[in-house]
Amino acid sequence: MAKPRKYGKPSKSTKRPKLGVFKFASCDGCQLSILNLEDELLVLGRVVDIAFFPEASSRFGEGPFDIALIEGSVTTPEDARRITHVREQSRVLITIGACATAGGIQALRNWGDVEAFKQAVYPSPEFIASLSTSTPISEHVRVDFELWGCPIDKHQLLAVITDLLAGVTPKLPTQSVCTECKRRGHVCVMVARGMPCLGPVTRTGCGAICPGMGRDCYGCFGPAEGFTEGAAYPPNTPSLARQFHQKLNLIPVDVVRRFRGINGYVRPFRMESNAWEES
Amino acid sequence: MPGKSPKTRTISVDMMARVEGEGALRVTVENGQVRDVQLRIFEPPRFFEAFLRGRSYAEVPDIVARICGICPVAYQMSAVHALEQAFGVRVEGGLRDLRRLIYCGEWIESHTLHVYMLQAPDFLGYDSGIEMAKDHQQLVTRGLRLKKAGNRLLALLGGRSVHPVSVKVGGFSRVPTRREMESLREEFLWARDAAAETVRWVAGFDFPRFDQNYTYVSLKPAHEYPFNEGPIASSDGVEVPATEFEAHFREEQVPYSNALQCTLNGASYFAGPLARLHLNADNLSPLAKHVLAETGLGLPLRNPFHGIVARAVEILYATEEALRLIERYDPPPEPAVPLTVRAGTGMACTEAPRGALYHRYVVGEDGAVLDAKIVPPTSQNQRRMEDDLRAYVPRVLNLGDREAAAGCERVIRCYDPCISCATHFLKLEIIGR
Repeated sequence: MAKPRKYGKPSKSTKRPKLGVFKFASCDGCQLSILNLEDELLVLGRVVDIAFFPEASSRFGEGPFDIALIEGSVTTPEDARRITHVREQSRVLITIGACATAGGIQALRNWGDVEAFKQAVYPSPEFIASLSTSTPISEHVRVDFELWGCPIDKHQLLAVITDLLAGVTPKLPTQSVCTECKRRGHVCVMVARGMPCLGPVTRTGCGAICPGMGRDCYGCFGPAEGFTEGAAYPPNTPSLARQFHQKLNLIPVDVVRRFRGINGYVRPFRMESNAWEES
Repeated sequence: MPGKSPKTRTISVDMMARVEGEGALRVTVENGQVRDVQLRIFEPPRFFEAFLRGRSYAEVPDIVARICGICPVAYQMSAVHALEQAFGVRVEGGLRDLRRLIYCGEWIESHTLHVYMLQAPDFLGYDSGIEMAKDHQQLVTRGLRLKKAGNRLLALLGGRSVHPVSVKVGGFSRVPTRREMESLREEFLWARDAAAETVRWVAGFDFPRFDQNYTYVSLKPAHEYPFNEGPIASSDGVEVPATEFEAHFREEQVPYSNALQCTLNGASYFAGPLARLHLNADNLSPLAKHVLAETGLGLPLRNPFHGIVARAVEILYATEEALRLIERYDPPPEPAVPLTVRAGTGMACTEAPRGALYHRYVVGEDGAVLDAKIVPPTSQNQRRMEDDLRAYVPRVLNLGDREAAAGCERVIRCYDPCISCATHFLKLEIIGR
């Protein structure tokens, strides 16, 4: 988990801060969230120098970067080297989305039988360079700030960039989706409809859209944290898993699938799914 | 070889810009002749087909959406249609309309992104849409608002525009109220006009003359422009149901790329807006037909650079179709049809913004996925893109390396390649299970 740091005042130079957007293994959806800032994109482009953003521009500006946004997880030896290089060039490094922050859906490969993976046969495996794991950026370099979500919420991204430009340490809510459901007046899909909702252990930020759309949350914003100052408490996944099993009659394999999804590799969800796999 | 050593020149782009995902291209020229063309896709594979195995059918729409953030609805649609076929369920009436409608939202969002932010800068001479806005603020603002209209539709039906949450096997988890639907109408009336203006704008670009002899492939339903269903047809007269896709279309691996390449009866073909327009122009909406005719660009279009016009015509079609469906909307009594899980195999093909997207699933009697196969449009177009480069390179040989490479990159960009989609399907066969 990224620790809050002081970022210092923005430089007094009149030059616009430089922004870089870097892609690793991912679906491009979080980068698209930047381009989906339809009402703010052109202003953002004036306030910061979007110097490196290959998905949107042919201009490949050089570092160093004041802010680097990282989409995607590390899945190849080359990408493990590349992220180190990006870190060296970047003052503030922010991961955007579940892949960069937690390894993403492709981290499901991390449970592959390693021996079987070694014997894995592609049509021609010698052409492919791929690690047997998909890991979050924070396992490779220091990360200054993490934006959760699959995809991220574009307004959270805008808030973080605005805070950084103003020299303020960004702070986003870490409590559970349940709090958002209550604010919005959604009927609880677990209590009322018996759905195995991950909302009680999942971080808010999405706007509680799944319960709002009549379905159970599937954890795409990663684990919620406790309220106490200082070290964050992990969410109470064991209690929720027991509830799924005892009250909602999920068999253990379904409990495993529930926690082993978009953010399955993040510690609290990983521990829970591993525990039920062994049970 | 005795005598003179051949004079070799390499034209390369190490990282293509304004495409989704990571790719490079390399063209080798020897004594003035194109010797080799490689579209290298170095975007890392993510193995979706491998880890779909063992997941519940109900999780598939949430998982496959993550293959592509630009066209998640396409993945969800091909998946739910294939799984419904496996379970012997058909989704009709108002729910079928809603599926067309959510697809309209995705085409508008994805096509507008490509037209305004990714490809138009090539024709107007800018590095990006954001740079272009400095001189063409009104144009870019119109594009962003049009894109937003598509995203609003996606958010109403799906909860959010990237990775919508409501799509499920059998229908939706929730359907909008009539009032919610009506709230979009006014913006879509504007969007329809903006889309018509977009067609007129892009049709006036200065296109390189580069007509090619393409085999076009797309769905071709009898009475509508294709989104969710219809037989797969080619301009050479092939017409097969999705269940026979694999008998006609073959995937193979090439050493320099992380994506498989697809061929039809051994040859390259073209999927996407130009192909759909070629095969389905009769089923365009009246205004889309009219505005296309006004441009003076006669069908058939055989120049890949005209793809931007086809894309704009489809934005116009999608806004008109969305308006039609919004105006006649009557909320279905249930958001999804009931289904009984059973063992089976299902295949489906739907029209992603970039072209036909094929899925096949084998499901066990407990509803768990036993096997999955996904063929995205960019793998289908990959061989065709290389063939285009082979034809295009001779005309840029008199240019310096940088300009020649930029020219090649512009050809590739005509296809709106989605490299994130293309790489994720390398088969992972695990021995001893």
